[in-house]
Amino acid sequence: MRLPVYTAALTGLMATPALAADLELSLEIPRLTVAEYHRPYVAVWIENPDKTAVKTLAVWYDVKLKNNEGQKWLKDMRQWWRRAGRDMSLPADGVSAATRAPGKHQVVFKGDAAPLGKLPAGQYNLVVEAAREVGGVEVLRAPFQWPPKARATSSAQGSSELGAMSVTVKP
Amino acid sequence: MISLRRGALAAASLVALLAAPVAANAHRQWMLPSATVLSGNDPWITVDAAVSNDLFYFDHNPMRLEGIAVIAPDGSKGEIKNGATGKYRSTFDVQLDKPGTYKITNVGDGLMASYKQNGETKRWRGTEAELATAIPKDATEVKLTQSQRRLEIFATRGSPTKESLKITGKGLELEPVTHPNDLVAGEPATFKLMLDGKPAAGVEVEVVPGGNRYRSGTGEMKLTTDAQGAFTVKWPGAGMYWLEAGVRGGKASIPNAERNASYVTTLEVLPD
Repeated sequence: MRLPVYTAALTGLMATPALAADLELSLEIPRLTVAEYHRPYVAVWIENPDKTAVKTLAVWYDVKLKNNEGQKWLKDMRQWWRRAGRDMSLPADGVSAATRAPGKHQVVFKGDAAPLGKLPAGQYNLVVEAAREVGGVEVLRAPFQWPPKARATSSAQGSSELGAMSVTVKP
Repeated sequence: MISLRRGALAAASLVALLAAPVAANAHRQWMLPSATVLSGNDPWITVDAAVSNDLFYFDHNPMRLEGIAVIAPDGSKGEIKNGATGKYRSTFDVQLDKPGTYKITNVGDGLMASYKQNGETKRWRGTEAELATAIPKDATEVKLTQSQRRLEIFATRGSPTKESLKITGKGLELEPVTHPNDLVAGEPATFKLMLDGKPAAGVEVEVVPGGNRYRSGTGEMKLTTDAQGAFTVKWPGAGMYWLEAGVRGGKASIPNAERNASYVTTLEVLPD
């Protein structure tokens, strides 16, 4: 069982140009007609196929509240909190950011820069979890291969707190 | 020193029979934390503490707050704040001012005696200190029972830690294999029961989900510890669960007493 892992790592090393590959997240935050609307808190992270977290790419929350009060609700993104968030020190440069309004958002993570940085070759999921005050929680996953040999896109569709999500990796 | 004569077998079983209905009528003691998994720099929890049959409804007696202690993540002594006792429940707050896992305990060590004096059966309840003067010199068939009980709950700010979970080696205790603040519905959790610091094998553990007012069945699960004192709970779903175990026997710290040791905790299981 060890050999494939070794081979995969070797492939990663040989594919030096792929270090500059990009990972692009396209995410829709749905417009909701509710009496009391708050923008959702959103966590974006990379996980292994066994769901262990590899790294957190983004956490959108109320970063500007005094005394970091927005962090009180980070645990509502339950999966992220359990697998990654509770072990992190926040706010974190390049990861913590303000909440985003309803609409389509595009975020590009560069393969040679934080927070994505160097990612060992392998199969992963990009995970997005949204938790909304006076609302619900939704988690979406889209698989991707790293480093990408060619441009590839995978997608997932939310039904409550999130809309369409897609991940595109580019060499 | 009181002269204690172990009663004949018949007398002993009579006491056991007398004791049985008491156990059956015993209400459940519980503490219910408002949250167990917390984030942020200054989280607090508030706790309801009561004695009742139904979980977790306060409709019988409040739990007294005197015996409640807080162990901070670094093992130091914490404190309860805003304690109040009402008709049916007590409440108190705990400020989680350090990162890690807090343990909140209510530990009791009481004595019960039954004896005969002039042919009449009498009962007494008290502490070890009062024992010497509590039982009359002419008492016969004296039977002493030491009751060690331990109630615990856990709450964690940030990453779960283990320092506060250390057991004391006295009475019946829970030694986590799975961290008690890292429970989700889809993952079975394993714990060990320890009696005086050693694995308690063959002990029955009762796990009861809260919210039984809105169900027909109690939903309780009965588990038994293995040779290592371990047992594994498969959660039927997310929610608050009450867990109790009890043993009779083992070493009493008071001479000639039988010992009952019980352990109770409330565990929060989150959705996956």
